Amino acid sequence: MNVHEHQGKDLLRRYGVAVPEGRACFTVDEAVAAAEALGFPCVVKAQIHAGGRGKGGGVKLVKDVAAARDAATAILGMTLVTHQTGPKGRLVKRLLVEQGCRIARELYLGMVVDRGVGRVTVMASTEGGMEIEEVAARSPEKILREIVDPAVGLAAYQGRRLGFALGLDKEQVGKFVRFLGGLYRCFTECDGSLAEINPLVVTEDGDLVALDAKMGFDDNGLFRHADIRELRDTNEEDARETEAAKHDLSYIALDGNIGCMVNGAGLAMATMDSVQGAGGEPANFLDVGGGANTEKVKAAFKIILSDEAVQAIFINIFGGILRCDVLAEGVVEAAREVGLQVPLVVRMEGTNVEQGKRILADSGLDIIAAGNMREGAERAVAAAGRA
Amino acid sequence: MSVLVDAGTRVLTQGITGSTGQLHTRLCRDYGSQMVAGVTPGRGGTDFEGIPVFDTVARAVRETGANASVIYVPPVAAADGILEAIDAGLPLVVCITEGLPVLDMVRVKRVLDQSRTRLIGPNCPGVITPGQCKIGIMPGYIHTPGRVGVVSRSGTLTYEAVYQLSQLGIGQSTCIGIGGDPIVGTGFIDALRLFQADADTDAVIIIGEIGGSAEEEAAAFIRASVTKPVVGFIAGQTAPPGKRMGHAGAIIAGGKGTAAEKVTALEAGGVRVAASPADLGTTMKTLLEERKLLS
Repeated sequence: MNVHEHQGKDLLRRYGVAVPEGRACFTVDEAVAAAEALGFPCVVKAQIHAGGRGKGGGVKLVKDVAAARDAATAILGMTLVTHQTGPKGRLVKRLLVEQGCRIARELYLGMVVDRGVGRVTVMASTEGGMEIEEVAARSPEKILREIVDPAVGLAAYQGRRLGFALGLDKEQVGKFVRFLGGLYRCFTECDGSLAEINPLVVTEDGDLVALDAKMGFDDNGLFRHADIRELRDTNEEDARETEAAKHDLSYIALDGNIGCMVNGAGLAMATMDSVQGAGGEPANFLDVGGGANTEKVKAAFKIILSDEAVQAIFINIFGGILRCDVLAEGVVEAAREVGLQVPLVVRMEGTNVEQGKRILADSGLDIIAAGNMREGAERAVAAAGRA
Repeated sequence: MSVLVDAGTRVLTQGITGSTGQLHTRLCRDYGSQMVAGVTPGRGGTDFEGIPVFDTVARAVRETGANASVIYVPPVAAADGILEAIDAGLPLVVCITEGLPVLDMVRVKRVLDQSRTRLIGPNCPGVITPGQCKIGIMPGYIHTPGRVGVVSRSGTLTYEAVYQLSQLGIGQSTCIGIGGDPIVGTGFIDALRLFQADADTDAVIIIGEIGGSAEEEAAAFIRASVTKPVVGFIAGQTAPPGKRMGHAGAIIAGGKGTAAEKVTALEAGGVRVAASPADLGTTMKTLLEERKLLS
């Protein structure tokens, strides 16, 4: 789960990480009042869950009240398109108004769980303000790394090693070690999956400040962080993905016209691949999971059908824990409730497959049966073409 | 011989009194696995359908001689369950539980690396040596004893591959689901090393998916150290970047971890990559015929 910049900064502040003073605002008047209270110059920043906001016109430095009002008016309600939003962009519904600072240097600081070594890894670079992927591709030697032993935690010497390598002076290194220590505690105590301070600014006064903050959290760890769960902004998510999450379904909206319902993440991805292999495009990724019951299958079916682009549905189930008869009952009930307007192709194998097939056959629904995954994908694509 | 588990494996279930633990302990016992003990703190001294239940893993091991554990406890307690099993000195621990916080696994991995325990999972279907021992949630009946090893990050996609093999009359030596999380106990390379060394495995199917670089590392290992024929498949060719595809580990991040990169790497490692998941069985059959390994 990702959070907004202002939320991430609030969290970091609690861990003693230096961030500029600022306020989240939802209206132009709030933004103007915040700017007046903070003093000028200050910065008006669009809050969306995507990077590249500055280039897209979502960040403005303002020097007086009139400019603050103009900036807030322009940015609030704009559809911000950046390289991370896709061509549709994102509607800006909130702002962060923040004190300006005089920048001497811009650095990069990141923290991730490195899956290769299975440990938290700190990344730092003198190339602040640039995307780390770009730095990695162009000049990988400029990325410094420290791997943290979980039994020991982040050691001060690791911070010093990074700080001196970044060219900080003695006093700044001390501040950097404290900054990094706070960031690490925040990351580990909050079940972080990603923390990116880009840029980490060295001010003209020699202070270190997180000018931007991108924080992501491990969905699997959220059960122990009620406060972080509350930071979820459903405006930043696809409405169907939000609905699916409520039913504990794993759903991701895509651009195609073949709705897919599958059990298991790997098989769900392979099913999408098969649809494309048959010359079609999947409308979604959907894993109903192993422990699905009739209610869950119904919810999944309704979510697929709520996508107007869907012209055919391909259900591909390999029953293990999820029994084919349970799946079939859910499909039949859902199809009756919402009315099935598009062709339905079903491929089913595994536990209780015969009962499942019988339930579908007896339902009177117009179902196209398929013997294997490829046949199912081909029939779904052909059916969508006729629809 | 097979790898990891065989008819002599004595299995204890952690979380035996939960509904998942009950169901799958019963199914594994029905398959023929020796389910010798269960652990649920506070239920020691009782039994589950004749299987004795203990308060601690250490006690269960001491009294029953269990040499493998399977974990069905909920995510909040699963890491602790793994640590307890490692502490009891079990050589094999299989964690089925999905949804472990990744930072819990960071701590587990630290302890695991300095232990004698091999961990399979978490977030995996388990391990099966057909006809001998099934530990986990895979449907037993699709498997056939034989000489092809299967290793996979995905559960149902493994069933798909196994089913195709069995339909073609090709049996399996052992099938290992390594799990779909970013940090797992046993990786592709560990599994490949086991299969390469196993006299009763002739060939291997490796099923990967987007995210991370485990498949690329496996490809390099295959090129250097695996002489047995390998068939591969990578799921997620159509997955968009930046989205987690169900599995916590299945995400293309920063342009890395794409299916195309992984397919290229596997092919460079000498792996025969199936174009479609529907071709896994036939691709293996063709390869076995070419190598004259099909009796």
